[in-house]
Amino acid sequence: MSRRFTPKIVTANRLREGDVVYLTADDRWSPFHHEAELIEDEAHAQMRLLHAAAQKLVVVGAYLADAKPGARGPEPTHFREEFRTRGPSNYNHGKQADLAS
Amino acid sequence: MYSYSDFDEAFVRARVAQFTSQVERRLDGSLTEDEFRPLRLMNGLYLQLHAYMLRIAIPYGTLSPHQMRQLAYIADTWDKGYGHFTTRQNIQFNWPKLPDVPAILQALADVEMHAIQTSGNCVRNVTADHFAGAAADEIADPRPYAELLRQWSTDHPEFQFLPRKFKIAITGAPNDRAVTKAHDIGLRMVRNARGEPGFEVIVGGGLGRTPMIGVTVRDFLPEADLLPYVEAVLSVYNTLGRRDNKYKARIKITVHETGAEEITRMIEARFAELRPLFGGNDQKLLAEIREAFAPPAFRNAPVDAYDAFYKADPTFRSWADTNLSAHRNAQYAIVTISLKAHGQTPGDATSDQMRLIADLAERYGHSDLRISHEQNVILPHVHKSDLPALHAQLVKAGLGTANVGLLSDIIACPGMDYCALATARSIPVAQELATHFEALKLEHEIGPLKIKISGCINACGHHHVGHIGILGLDRAGVENYQITLGGDGTEDATIGDKTGPGFAYTEIVPAIERILRAYLGLRLEPSETFLQAFRRVGMEPFKQALYEAEGEKDAA
Repeated sequence: MSRRFTPKIVTANRLREGDVVYLTADDRWSPFHHEAELIEDEAHAQMRLLHAAAQKLVVVGAYLADAKPGARGPEPTHFREEFRTRGPSNYNHGKQADLAS
Repeated sequence: MYSYSDFDEAFVRARVAQFTSQVERRLDGSLTEDEFRPLRLMNGLYLQLHAYMLRIAIPYGTLSPHQMRQLAYIADTWDKGYGHFTTRQNIQFNWPKLPDVPAILQALADVEMHAIQTSGNCVRNVTADHFAGAAADEIADPRPYAELLRQWSTDHPEFQFLPRKFKIAITGAPNDRAVTKAHDIGLRMVRNARGEPGFEVIVGGGLGRTPMIGVTVRDFLPEADLLPYVEAVLSVYNTLGRRDNKYKARIKITVHETGAEEITRMIEARFAELRPLFGGNDQKLLAEIREAFAPPAFRNAPVDAYDAFYKADPTFRSWADTNLSAHRNAQYAIVTISLKAHGQTPGDATSDQMRLIADLAERYGHSDLRISHEQNVILPHVHKSDLPALHAQLVKAGLGTANVGLLSDIIACPGMDYCALATARSIPVAQELATHFEALKLEHEIGPLKIKISGCINACGHHHVGHIGILGLDRAGVENYQITLGGDGTEDATIGDKTGPGFAYTEIVPAIERILRAYLGLRLEPSETFLQAFRRVGMEPFKQALYEAEGEKDAA
C-alpha cells in the first residue's frame, strides 16, 4: 500500500516584489496562507504546480509545501513555512507589518 | 583610498546598462527565470525567503563617508531604512524590489560601488584586515595588494566559471584579524631573512560542511610574484576542481584529495609557466595603487585631555578599554564602533546611524571607514584628543556600546529570518544571548569571548572558529542548535569541537550559560580567557556542565 499523501499548498514569490504568495483554488495568488488551496491528491498537486510554474510573469520559484487543515484554512506544518507567512523575527517587516489589520 | 580609473568607471556603467536591459526583458517575458537567475546572481541579486536581497561589495572593507551616505540614501529610497553588514565585508539590503534594482545599481555606480561578483562561482570580494594601514603590528598595508587582486579578478575571463566560489583574504600583520587560514587563498605578509616583505600563501582553508584549515604552499612569496602565483593557484584549481559534486567542489577538497605536496608541486609548475608572461605592468599598476593608499596627514597634538578624561569618566573608560586598538601612531587610536547593541541585530545599521558615522569619520577620522568581518564599523585613524567628543556622539546615536571582543560582540548570519538556505534562525539567538548576559551583568567578568552563530551548515557565521560556535539545524522539523567549543579564527586557527547532542531553541541560551558558569568556576584567575581555559582543561568539564547537570532531558 502506498504511503498516505501529505496535503500540500502551492507557494511562490512574486516576480516584481519578491513577496510570498499562495495559490488559491480560484487561481488567485493570495498573500495569506489560509486562503491557499489545500491539495489532498498527488496528481492534482502536480497539475496545480504546473499551472503555477507557467505564470512566468507573475511568480518565481513555485513549489509544493506541506500543510494541514486549520480553523481558518490551511496551516503550515514546518517552521520555515510558518516564518514565510509572517516575515523576519528581528523586525516588524514583511507580511506581519504589511498585512496587519 | 582608491578612485576608479576611466576603465573601472566604464566597466561598471556598462554592467549597469546591461543589467537594466536584462531586468526589462525579464519583466516583459523575453527572459525566463532560468535564463535570468544567473544574470541577476552575477549582479548580486538573490531571491530569499520574504523578498529579494542585494549584496554589495565593500572591497577589502574600505568605505568613504561619501559612499556610506549613499548606502544610507539607498536604504531610505529603495529599502526599509537600514542595511546589514556581513561577515565578508559586504552590505546586504533585504527588501529591494526587482524593478528598482537597476536604479540602485546606478546609485552605487555614482559612488564607485557595485554588486558584481558578490555571487556565483567566481573570485568574490577580496577581504582584508579591517585595521589595515593603521595597526601597530603591521608589516605593510595589505589593501594595495587587495585592490590589485580586485582589478585582476574582476571579469577575469578564465575565472568566471570556477568549480565553485572562491574567497581570498589578506592581512599585513602577524596577528591575523582576517581569518586567512579559513579562506580558499589566505595571504599573510611576512619578511624573509633579508627583511624584504612578501607573503605566506595558504591554500584550501574553508568552513562550511567540511571545515578545514588551509595549508601553506609557499612560506615566502616575493610581492612581485603575487599575481602570477595567485593565477597559478586558480588555474590548477580550475582544472582539478570537482565540477561533478557541488559539495566537493571547493579548493579545500581539491587540496585534500590531491595532497598538499602534489598540489604545491602543480602550483609551482604552473607558476613557472605563468611568471614570464607578467612583464611588469602589474608592478607599475601596484605602484600607482599604492599612492592611493598613502597614510593620512596625521595631526601632532597633545593627548593629555584623553588621559584625564579616561581617568575621570568610567563609562568612557569602559568603552575605551574594549573598543580601542593600538594605532601605529601613538597619538592615535583605532576605534571600533559596535553594531552589536544588546538586543539589536548584529551588523545592522540604520540610515541615520550610517549618516552619523560618515559625519564622524569626516570630523574625527581622516574620512576613512572600514567594515570588519565581525560586522562592526571601524574608524581607523582617530586622534586620542578627539575620543571623548566622538564617544559622546556615538552614545547619543545608540552606537556607544562597550562590548567589542566580549560575549555580545556576536557574529551571526541572517539565518532563517531572511536566508533561503538556512535551516534555523540565528539572529534571535544572538539577540537573546546578548540581553540575557547583559541582565546578569556577567559580560565583563567573563572577558574576551567570541561567539559565532550560523543558521546552516554553510557556516556564513563562522561558527567553527568561534570560541563558542553555535550551528542551527533542522532536526525532524524543529530548530536544534549544536555547540562547538575551542574554535579560533586567528593565526592559531583551530576548528572547534562538537560538545555532543544539540539543544532546542528555548534551551540554547541556558546551555551557553552553563558553559560559561563552568568556565568562571574553573578558570585559574580572571585573566585566563575562556579559550585559554578550554585549551588547558579540554572538553570534559564543559560537557559535564552541559549535559550531566540537567540530565539528558534537554538534549535532542
